[in-house]
Amino acid sequence: MSDSQTASVSSAAHNPALLHHFATEEQQRDSASLGMWIFLSTEVMFFGGLFCAYLIYRLKYFGDFAAASQTLDWKLGATNTAVLICSSLTVVLAVWAAQQAKRAVLLGSLVLTLILGFAFLGIKSIEYAEKFEKHHVPGPTFQFDQKVPGHPDQQASPGHAQIYFALYFVMTGLHALHMIIGIGIFVWLLVTAWKGRLTPEYNTPMEIGGLYWHFVDIVWIYLFPLLYLIDLHK
Amino acid sequence: MVTATAQPVERENYLNKHYGVGSWLLTTDHKRIALLYLASITFFFFIGGFFALLIRLELLTPAGDLVQADTYNKLFTMHGMVMVFFFLIPSIPAVLGNFLVPMMIGAKDLAFPRINLLSWYLYVIGGVMMLHCMLTGGVDTGWTFYAPFSTAYTNTKIVEAGLAIFVAGFSSILTGLNFVVTIHRMRAPGMTWSRLPLFIWAHYATSIIQILGTPVVAITIVLVAAERTLHLGIFDPKLGGDPLLFQHLFWFYSHPAVYIMILPSMGVVSEVIACFSRKRIFGYSFVALSSIAIAVFGFLVWAHHMFVAGISVYAALIFSLLSYSVAVPSAVKVFNWTATLYKGSIHYEAPMLYAFGFLGLFTIGGLTGLFLAALGINVHVTDTYFVVAHFHYIMVGGALMGYLGGMHFWWPKISGKLYPEGWARLAALIVFIGFNLTFFPQFILGYLGMPRRYYDYSHMPEFQVLNVLSTAGATILGVGYLLPMIYFLWSMRYGKPAPDNPWNAAGLEWQTASPPTTFNFEQEPVVTWEAYNYEEIDSVEKPEVHVVG
Amino acid sequence: MSEHSSSSLTTYVVIWLILLLGTALTVFAARIDLGPFNAAVALTIASVKALLVVLFFMHVKGASEKLLKLVVISTIFFLFILLALSMADYGTRLWS
Repeated sequence: MSDSQTASVSSAAHNPALLHHFATEEQQRDSASLGMWIFLSTEVMFFGGLFCAYLIYRLKYFGDFAAASQTLDWKLGATNTAVLICSSLTVVLAVWAAQQAKRAVLLGSLVLTLILGFAFLGIKSIEYAEKFEKHHVPGPTFQFDQKVPGHPDQQASPGHAQIYFALYFVMTGLHALHMIIGIGIFVWLLVTAWKGRLTPEYNTPMEIGGLYWHFVDIVWIYLFPLLYLIDLHK
Repeated sequence: MVTATAQPVERENYLNKHYGVGSWLLTTDHKRIALLYLASITFFFFIGGFFALLIRLELLTPAGDLVQADTYNKLFTMHGMVMVFFFLIPSIPAVLGNFLVPMMIGAKDLAFPRINLLSWYLYVIGGVMMLHCMLTGGVDTGWTFYAPFSTAYTNTKIVEAGLAIFVAGFSSILTGLNFVVTIHRMRAPGMTWSRLPLFIWAHYATSIIQILGTPVVAITIVLVAAERTLHLGIFDPKLGGDPLLFQHLFWFYSHPAVYIMILPSMGVVSEVIACFSRKRIFGYSFVALSSIAIAVFGFLVWAHHMFVAGISVYAALIFSLLSYSVAVPSAVKVFNWTATLYKGSIHYEAPMLYAFGFLGLFTIGGLTGLFLAALGINVHVTDTYFVVAHFHYIMVGGALMGYLGGMHFWWPKISGKLYPEGWARLAALIVFIGFNLTFFPQFILGYLGMPRRYYDYSHMPEFQVLNVLSTAGATILGVGYLLPMIYFLWSMRYGKPAPDNPWNAAGLEWQTASPPTTFNFEQEPVVTWEAYNYEEIDSVEKPEVHVVG
Repeated sequence: MSEHSSSSLTTYVVIWLILLLGTALTVFAARIDLGPFNAAVALTIASVKALLVVLFFMHVKGASEKLLKLVVISTIFFLFILLALSMADYGTRLWS
């Protein structure tokens, strides 16, 4: 699979980014890419445990979950979904720009991505603040007084609602933590791009940083309908 | 190193290339990282063993007279947590795997050497956190830290222990990730998948489990920590939470985790049996694919740990059936190893003695697993010493024997020295005898009804004889473990220098120097032969190394 | 990496628009009573969106080797096992 040249001799012409234990740049890049994909699959399983818990409780306490879900603002959630989708576009543009050696587009896309990332977190903080005010944060201060949607005579169970909010905060909180890490990665990418280190010959960090960002987007693509859109028609 | 008078200047190798603590703590050489792991996991092995000793001392008498009940709960908890998360899970992959995987495939290092070093640091950080937790009060929930006791009722340091395991788990994930990428991307020319040593197949399968399973226990730990600290009561029955959900999420990882512990050992056994029967492994592709099958099937059976916990009987039926199926690939391996031995030219060096021990003890452990998979028997022996004996047969009789066998087999390669064969065979025998004396009585105890995790069995004083036998066995076992520690260390200074291939074994790792240079191969090997080509190797008069490059 | 041209830029923008459309569709469908199918519809649309991101933004579609697809499919498979076999317990508890 690697070329027949001896791996221990490094010619003067090879890219300084090539690490000594790789035979070719292609091998290095393919390794980095596979490594990131495998890391993302661990992240899928990490969130997966939460989705499993959510699935089980939602089926068990559907009405109470619907009641709790409807105290969220679906418009903010939808906006955040749009924000992340746009940021995925800017990310993929950045990767393209790096490969095409278009420095202005690269830097611009990275900056836009960061702005969108911060926008997402900003909207999230507004939502969290509102939850704090309404005493929907699980714990000793939790209060919940809503009816089950579609059943005006039925009071939603505060205990079950508390479970909903526990899952809401853990799932969106973990997601937000991943966003923050993603922003950190992209700040570093911006600096790296600014220094001119992302070229058509070597832009692996951009590529695998992009993979990470898209993954965070995909998690939110699932979180939004599951958390915000339960029985909205009622 | 200072040269002896009559010897030539010692060849440069990975051990003497750089000196100083910094060169070890900042190394990216997979071989040095393997030794860093060797030191740390050995340390934790003795900590875990110390707890085991106290447990067995307490159980010498029916009365709970050595320690208090709460203390005993902490002892078996810490024994389990340390042994599972800080010894067994890393052991073979982090030590032998790190050392050998690149060499066996003809690579200079793993795909991500710096991440490899990070793995070790994460392990150490997790270990220090666990040590601190143990020294400041410990945990008493059992290594399984079930909710709601762990989330709502215990006042021990569950969050700290959980986070320690979380960090160590991340180390495990990164090791698995590194192996998979390495095996896919860095095989030498000609090293096709069907020429890979079975040790590599075993570690590939192990890595899959580490990658896909560990994150689920990680999120479980996060949820337990969140429930304890932030009162996010997902498992709290008062809110409608289900403690069984904890068990589902916990065992989704912890069952495949036992395959993380055994698969690498099976890989070692394949290498050792082939070498010491001078034959290629019978049914190579079956053994290779059975490793993958174990990894996949292992994810389908977790609720067999929950048969009496309150799951639906229909789910129990499904999981029981699936648990029977997971035994098949393991049996395939045992049959193939046995067929390999048939008409082989058997040699009885220490590694082979451990391999033989593995074959018998793993078979017993595995068969008793099938007993446990049967719902009727399970109801009778759950939470008794039968289960304890079952998993110790697999983990100690299986995994640990494989680890010791592997350490002996590759010791000349790792250290450049030969261990003393006579002492090694004696130690293997002592381990085997001590092991059986410790754990076979526990099958009987469990079947007769002695519960596990009890510090006081004075209402069942008839169990004392078997418990005394078990403790006696544990002492002998301890001696058996101390001996290799001593003579391995001894050999590093006083052992005979090892030739490059003392066993005349097949495999690319034996075509490097003993000990190898930092980059393993002078030139990238080009592989043109099948794995375990012992016929070819033994047919030449003089043991000859394959020409590489 | 496969070479990129302006056609890939067009692809990116088209996918982006489809994703936004899908989001709008999800919200719209949630406001109609589809009975038990609301959740299924929402998850289907989400899965299509996720698939588009994976195939086009994460470049799995043009990937030369099958390995990436294998990684993605295996991950989804094992997540599915976690969900399905857990539901085998929870879904059947009330049967007896």
